[in-house]
Amino acid sequence: MSLIAVDPIEMGAPQVDGEPLSYLNDGHGLRSWLLTKDHKRIAILYLITVSTFFVIGGIFALLVRINLLSPNGVFDADTYNRLFTAHGIVMVFFFLVPAVPAILGNFLLPIMIGAKDLAFPKINLLSWYMYMLGATFGLIAIIAGGVDTGWTFYTPYSTSYSNSNVLLAGIGIFIVGFSSILTGLNFIVTTHTMRAPGMTWFRLPLFVWGQYATALVIMLATPVLAITVSLMALERIAHVGIFDPAMGGDPVLFQHMFWFYSHPAVYIMVLPAMGVVSELIANMSRKNVFGYKFVAMSSLAIAVFGFLVWGHHLFVSTQSVYLGLIFSFLSYAVAIPSAIKVFNWTATLYKGSISYDTPMLYGLGFIGLFLIGGMTGLYVAALGIDVHVTDTYFVIAHFHYVMVGGSLMGFLGGMHLWWGKMTGRQYPEYWARAAMVIQFVGFNLTFFPQFILGYLGMPRRYAAYPPEFQVLHVLSTAGASILGIGMLITIVYFIWSLKNGKRAPANPWGASGLEWRTSSPPPTENFYETPIVTWEAYEFAPIESMQVLGYPGDSSRSTQPVPKEHGTED
Amino acid sequence: MSEHIVSKKTYYTIFFALLVGTALTVAAAFVNLHNFNIVVALLIAAVKATLVILFFMHIKYSTRLTKLWVAVGFIWLFIMLSITLTDYLSRAWLVYKP
Repeated sequence: MSLIAVDPIEMGAPQVDGEPLSYLNDGHGLRSWLLTKDHKRIAILYLITVSTFFVIGGIFALLVRINLLSPNGVFDADTYNRLFTAHGIVMVFFFLVPAVPAILGNFLLPIMIGAKDLAFPKINLLSWYMYMLGATFGLIAIIAGGVDTGWTFYTPYSTSYSNSNVLLAGIGIFIVGFSSILTGLNFIVTTHTMRAPGMTWFRLPLFVWGQYATALVIMLATPVLAITVSLMALERIAHVGIFDPAMGGDPVLFQHMFWFYSHPAVYIMVLPAMGVVSELIANMSRKNVFGYKFVAMSSLAIAVFGFLVWGHHLFVSTQSVYLGLIFSFLSYAVAIPSAIKVFNWTATLYKGSISYDTPMLYGLGFIGLFLIGGMTGLYVAALGIDVHVTDTYFVIAHFHYVMVGGSLMGFLGGMHLWWGKMTGRQYPEYWARAAMVIQFVGFNLTFFPQFILGYLGMPRRYAAYPPEFQVLHVLSTAGASILGIGMLITIVYFIWSLKNGKRAPANPWGASGLEWRTSSPPPTENFYETPIVTWEAYEFAPIESMQVLGYPGDSSRSTQPVPKEHGTED
Repeated sequence: MSEHIVSKKTYYTIFFALLVGTALTVAAAFVNLHNFNIVVALLIAAVKATLVILFFMHIKYSTRLTKLWVAVGFIWLFIMLSITLTDYLSRAWLVYKP
């Protein structure tokens, strides 16, 4: 197995202020960041902005939960409508969709395939500016009084009746959509054309397969969102009859088109996180992912099947019952590739050298929470049960288990695994584990009661409720506060570690993958010499040989430099 | 990557064909074909779109992978339209008898 040297100073790399030249100190000042074409710097720009929107969305979530503390609420119904809409729009369009692809994908995809950058670096920068422009429109819409339609913009309410800033928010979403299309395009072309010598498709890390499948969905689905939002704007401004029955339109048409994007969008949010989890599980249990090809292909299967299930959002919207039957069946079918992934991750753990460092905790958290989120998805995909639970807190709990329990867990797990690679500093392991456990407890306390609430009949989007629901609502709000504190701890120690964290060695985890064969943080060109890949994905040196080489092999390993010989067997 | 150079003559020919298509569309609108007016208009539009994609967007000269992508885009559009229209087709099949 060939080895790319990881000690940049020994490699004769130029130094800046006694530190090896890396992408972080290769150019200083605002200009060098705002006009950068380096995929790693663009990932950092995305990290800062997307995290800011996560905090904004989180604040709206807490306001929603505060309102639901008492049966009569704190805010009036109209304010409450605008609060939950702002939470939904910010979290879905400005956080979850770009989170994993635009931050972790941007940073890691070229390094993982052994390339110097993405195929179109300028388009990559353009996508960040598109995101900023769209996000600005979104923010203006919220500051100017908000939107009261819910994040789904259902017609005819959004076209004929709502007096809130629907157009501004619509323009924002339209523009942000193009930002993701540009990222998706870049990923597809890069994966096809820029793999290092020897990096065949089935040697790609599963993270890359996840990003690739996501990029397919982004390219094929997002244009429909742009069309739908444009038609909505056309009807709102020019009164063209598309969705309004009074003008010859059909409101259900909006739901068809909206969910043709928005259901695949669920997979845009969760597929890249699944790619992260494959990395977490493999690297933290030091084993090749069980059934690598099945996991890779299940990503593509989810991407394809995910397009054929949108009608399960329309079971009670006068959609044809016969079509409902087909959509119900297809929705069940998506469970198969998802289950393949979960079973294969679990099988990977079997007889692995499992470490319980923070990335693994998030990986295990993902498996457990996504399991609950996915299984309750089968409840709501069943025609009969869905009539009972449509638009109740059961649905809210279901998709928060998928979105927060799935996507967010994957995103945070990935941030912990690659934080040292991105910043050159390790996060404090003790605090990170504590924060993860706090988040896990808080999350379950927030959303598990909502399954019961929903099943008992508590409808979503209501500002007030009968007093008998109060106990469960108070539990949920308490959980949200705990979850919020957990998130706050994570944000604080991440920022703290930028200055005070221990220096990250090239490979703090003894992990496999090209990104661990370059320095932390990597140089601007990613590698000192173009890597030639002669090994399969997830090949790990036996832990015994690692110990002979002086590899610590316990949780303290994250602070120890890995010997330069790591990974060599020749 | 090598760029295929398309001659000006080809561009003008396609442009002329598109103009003819537009004229045909307008002319066909004045003939009463009942339900088939929309079919004829869409057919002409489809031919025109194909010309634009093949020649103006250089797909005719692109790699098979690019052609595959174009095809996939249309297949996905077809999925959306056909399944949505299936809803309108079959919505009235279930007759409620009070």
